[in-house]
Amino acid sequence: MLAKLDYILKRLVMSLFVLLGLSVITFTLARVVPANMAALYIGPRARAEQVEELTRKMGLDRPLYVQYFYYLRDALQGDLGNSIATKRPVVQEITTRLPASLELLAVGMSIAAVMGIILGVLSARLQNSPLDVLVRILSLVGVSLPAFWLALLLQIIFYRQLGWLPITGRIDTTLRFTAPIQHVTGIYLLDSLVTRNWVAFKDVVWHIILPAVTLAAYPTGLVARMTRATMLEVLSQDYIRTAHAYGVKDWFITGVYALKNALGPTLTVIGLSLAYALTGTFYVELIFNWPGLGIFTTHSLLKADYPAIMGVTLFAAVGYVLINLVVDLLQAWIDPRISLE
Amino acid sequence: MQTSDIVASKDRTTQAERLSTRRLRYTVRVILRDPLALFGVFVIVALIILALFGPSIAPYPEQGRGRTNVPDRFAPPSDQYWLGADQLGRDILSRIIIGTSIAVRVPAIVVSLAVLIGAPLGALAGYFGGWVDQLIMRVTDLFLAFPSLLLAVAIVAALGPGLANAMLAITISWWPWYTRLVRGVTISLRERYFVEAARSIGVPDGIVILRHILPNCVTPILVQATIDFGTVILAASSLAFIGLGTQPPDPDWGLMVSQGRSFILDQWWISTFPGMAIFVGVLAFNLLGDTLRDILDPRQYR
Repeated sequence: MLAKLDYILKRLVMSLFVLLGLSVITFTLARVVPANMAALYIGPRARAEQVEELTRKMGLDRPLYVQYFYYLRDALQGDLGNSIATKRPVVQEITTRLPASLELLAVGMSIAAVMGIILGVLSARLQNSPLDVLVRILSLVGVSLPAFWLALLLQIIFYRQLGWLPITGRIDTTLRFTAPIQHVTGIYLLDSLVTRNWVAFKDVVWHIILPAVTLAAYPTGLVARMTRATMLEVLSQDYIRTAHAYGVKDWFITGVYALKNALGPTLTVIGLSLAYALTGTFYVELIFNWPGLGIFTTHSLLKADYPAIMGVTLFAAVGYVLINLVVDLLQAWIDPRISLE
Repeated sequence: MQTSDIVASKDRTTQAERLSTRRLRYTVRVILRDPLALFGVFVIVALIILALFGPSIAPYPEQGRGRTNVPDRFAPPSDQYWLGADQLGRDILSRIIIGTSIAVRVPAIVVSLAVLIGAPLGALAGYFGGWVDQLIMRVTDLFLAFPSLLLAVAIVAALGPGLANAMLAITISWWPWYTRLVRGVTISLRERYFVEAARSIGVPDGIVILRHILPNCVTPILVQATIDFGTVILAASSLAFIGLGTQPPDPDWGLMVSQGRSFILDQWWISTFPGMAIFVGVLAFNLLGDTLRDILDPRQYR
């Protein structure tokens, strides 16, 4: 137990340093690399004295370490500067768009986790069967598909050819008048569910299918591979053979005894594949016109809106580090062997 | 260690060499028997040929490089334009063929640079351990804490869009993977007799790393590089897609998909075929890399 506590503490301290380091990198990219930030803020017709004044006001004339100190202090207080394009605080821009992105991420990652685990388990149970080969191909296809291309293909197939699903957006705009969703969390699926707005709920589900599937393609492949590998390892162990000898049902051994021990590494992969999904949302949101963080970022990129870009980058990176920290801690909690490593 | 071991270690190197040719032959045999890996090799060879001789293979090399041909804009796939023509009337097949040289050159440069930066650092960290290891690995961890493509996007955004900056950005976010890989291999090699023997007879550290450590890291690096080749094609075309990579009128697959986006409902071929080129190219490297990893398994060092 003490060893475990020690591990958890070490992991926490390490994350703290990583977060500090992340802030140094985004600071460098946001403030040091771009030339003449003040002029960018004012716009193309800036007068020299205006630029000078703003340079002083933004503290851009001070030594870098002082600037970094202020940057860090502001970031810790939830101030990531103002967007050049909208002039509003970047944090505000992020928080208003976050629910849409979180909703997409959650649905996409859930699809990936469920599909990946099922495919991985089947693949391991039927090793070297045609199904196993098919899963291998599918997972390699999943990690090779450019998200932006898959998104366009799905639009062509399911909107243009079949007409089954809507092409873009989060919800049908007419619903804003006929069955408006009450704001509770900003996550439409939840909001329409708790307010029993079934018309809207169905429409939201319809809208989220294509973007979520696009987002899920890559992590599904990764999760399936990892689950297969660890399942094969676990299935070859003695306690599984013992269970067989005792006459425990086959599906019970695979689905409960073995899967329980194979889930650890799978959980890690799910955490790590968030790295992909986070950037994946940029593309998916752009193409499906999903009003989240990703579309905000891609638009900021085109306008060279540095505070917005670096704000989102820092925010996403911090989120990624924290999620992986939680995954590691969960693992340490579940698996008694981890602290001993 | 006994003297006989030291003597034997010299023997073992030649034995290892013999073993590696045997392993090479085994690798080739496995690939020949695995249709998926064979498909990968076939596509990769085709890509290299297209990259080298594209201008003489493409039906309309001028259009491939960007010359517009407005009268034929939006021409659907036909005998004249096998994959159709784009919004400026350029033959899409030619654009894809000419674009191969960018698609192949980018990962070649990025992966080489990432290996050149990452591998020596990893060898130093693993070989010396202690504070050197701490310093190098903490910096590495920091870069790995970012989702790679996100970091690349942020770097290009700061530097300004363009192919050169995109390659620089991808390299900066890619080298740490090689540092981590080589460090792991080095740590396991450091304990081996041939390294210990070399050190005990006073071979300088630098020479030990160059002659004994790094050559033995080649296999795992190759496996990782094969997979990364595909991943970098994907990353570079993703950057081009959002306008941060290759700039028009250069024929970049990602950029072509992006330009055709507004027309997908009526002129679906403009985006679909260049995207398929990306997909097949990336898949080929993943298929080959996957088979190589099964045979050579660099994970055993991690």
